[in-house]
Amino acid sequence: MGRTLAEKVWDAHVVRKGGGTDEPDLLYIDLHLVHEVTSPQAFDGLRLAGRQVRRPDLTIATEDHNVPTVWSANLLAQGTGAAISDPVSRTQVDTLRRNCEEFGVRLHPMGDVDQGIVHVVGPQLGLTQPGMTVVCGDSHTSTHGAFGALAFGIGTSEVEHVLATQTLPLRPFRTMAVTVQGELHPGVTAKDLILAVIAEIGTAGGQGHVLEYRGDAIRKLSMEARMTICNMSIEAGARAGMIAPDATTFEYLKGRPHAPQGADWDAAVEYWTGLATDEDAEFDREVIINADELAPFVTWGTNPGQGLPLDATIPFPEQIADENERAAAESALSYMDLAPGTPLREISVDTVFLGSCTNGRIEDLRAAAEVLRGRQVAGGVRMLVVPGSMRVRRQAEDEGLDTIFEAAGAEWRQAGCSMCLAMNPDKLAPGERSASTSNRNFEGRQGKGGRTHLVSPLVAAATAVRGTLSSPDDLF
Amino acid sequence: MEAFTTHTGVGVPLRRSNVDTDQIIPAVYLKRVTRSGFEDALFAAWRNDPGFILNQEPFRPGSVLVAGPDFGTGSSREHAVWALGDYGFRVVISSRFADIFRGNAGKQGLVAAVCEQSDVELLWKVLEQQPGMSVTVDLREKTVQAGELIVPFQIDDYTRWRLLEGLDDIALSLRAESEIDSFEAARAKWLPTTTPLNH
Repeated sequence: MGRTLAEKVWDAHVVRKGGGTDEPDLLYIDLHLVHEVTSPQAFDGLRLAGRQVRRPDLTIATEDHNVPTVWSANLLAQGTGAAISDPVSRTQVDTLRRNCEEFGVRLHPMGDVDQGIVHVVGPQLGLTQPGMTVVCGDSHTSTHGAFGALAFGIGTSEVEHVLATQTLPLRPFRTMAVTVQGELHPGVTAKDLILAVIAEIGTAGGQGHVLEYRGDAIRKLSMEARMTICNMSIEAGARAGMIAPDATTFEYLKGRPHAPQGADWDAAVEYWTGLATDEDAEFDREVIINADELAPFVTWGTNPGQGLPLDATIPFPEQIADENERAAAESALSYMDLAPGTPLREISVDTVFLGSCTNGRIEDLRAAAEVLRGRQVAGGVRMLVVPGSMRVRRQAEDEGLDTIFEAAGAEWRQAGCSMCLAMNPDKLAPGERSASTSNRNFEGRQGKGGRTHLVSPLVAAATAVRGTLSSPDDLF
Repeated sequence: MEAFTTHTGVGVPLRRSNVDTDQIIPAVYLKRVTRSGFEDALFAAWRNDPGFILNQEPFRPGSVLVAGPDFGTGSSREHAVWALGDYGFRVVISSRFADIFRGNAGKQGLVAAVCEQSDVELLWKVLEQQPGMSVTVDLREKTVQAGELIVPFQIDDYTRWRLLEGLDDIALSLRAESEIDSFEAARAKWLPTTTPLNH
């Protein structure tokens, strides 16, 4: 019987096969991404045990979760004391710098052109390649699966484990095909698609599985759109999301700083081409989504599975059959301060956040800028535009996107995780409501008492203009 | 890691499903750089509510948490497990755990015991009827006992063995060091390294 993409990548990385009941395989890790939040205790563990980083040359670090997105070069030059006012954030960043220095790990600190969200930086450097195993102490590591890599989030103990051994003991994941047939309508994006997938299979629907996104609609997506989709696999409960590498993947990679060159490139492409799931391979599960039926999708609740097409109205909890889901909906509506039956388009927001590892790449910024060109952010609405990395920021400025955002009244920020999670100065105040291109709408995720609606960059931009949840079609 | 065979402590019925890691420990607490001292962060938002279960006197010293389905969803933060452990929890019982949480729990000696939802409901009833009641979790027998009530739980054999033996993961993997060396020697030469490029 043939093998799936995930199984091929797994098999190629088994250092030692697990014997006996439930004993895991020991899997080799090709790339370890590190940031300041989940690594300090791991480095501390190494120090306590007198261990070294086995392969600093397969490890790379960047500062992202804690960094403020408002700073100047002058301020940075005065050190983290001046640039990061929160003492705890500063300690994490300083600790990362010390650890990278001590253990010989390459670090892209604030101010560096390759600083940014770890999941934006890896692909843009060409470090993420098909067939690799990629880990990071961050659940959105699934992003890198867009290249046909097996990429997944790990906890801090596992970070320490990978630092010390460059391996992880793991049991094979189950496989699930998410086949997306047809083609997305114009104005319907990868974000809408993945929100619809999560609403369909539920926040636990992918549990224990690697999702492989396939089908015509996926093939037509750009690499950045594919990253958006794989990024949110974790919100469906999956360990990872993957997409088989193809010409689009190779095109994106070719010429990137760490991509293979010359004869190495040819050898790599030959290997990568063989990774696609075999015709006769079997998945443990399969779901089929029709892209043609999809519309812009937004969330109304407090988990990413609580989403609906923008045309819909807030659901009536009493009509939900499942008891747990009904209770979850009731509690979500209470937290979100929303009444059943309200059209989603009538929900007004205070804040629009464009950015994050889900939607902070150049194509996301371009799409939103196109909507905002010649328009104004509505009165009483603040819009933050936060590039996923400093390189994305630089590219956007080269294309004049910053001018469009600023002319529309949006704030053009430095790179970082920003308002995706309340770990830096970019937060919602209690009771504030956002349309956010990030990945989680959990209670308090964007700030204590803040209310989040997950949206695509197009919906974010249109919402900024109208002040209520909107798609570009609502603008005139 | 401390070995775990049986544990007896106060059972805490947490009647909530989808307890995500942002609820277990809000992101603001992730800024610390130490490995301990997270007890104040556990369920930080909920603990502001005087009616929250851990604010009720009999449940305060709880060490066995009995929660609804889909416990530990969301981010990979291992701090969720540390916070539970620092507070004093040794066992969490749920009918379904998020994968990353369950993995993290096993590595830190926190038992993530999977019970049927119907058994969780029975435990909830017993613990609510007798607040502060002790529960015994037996990892060898894979049972939870609360008074007269005994229910089975599931945990995978490998994690159970490691918990019973108190074995450290890294030391286990380093037993395969020569295999890691051979694997590295055979890797394709075009695979990328993070060594800075000279241009």
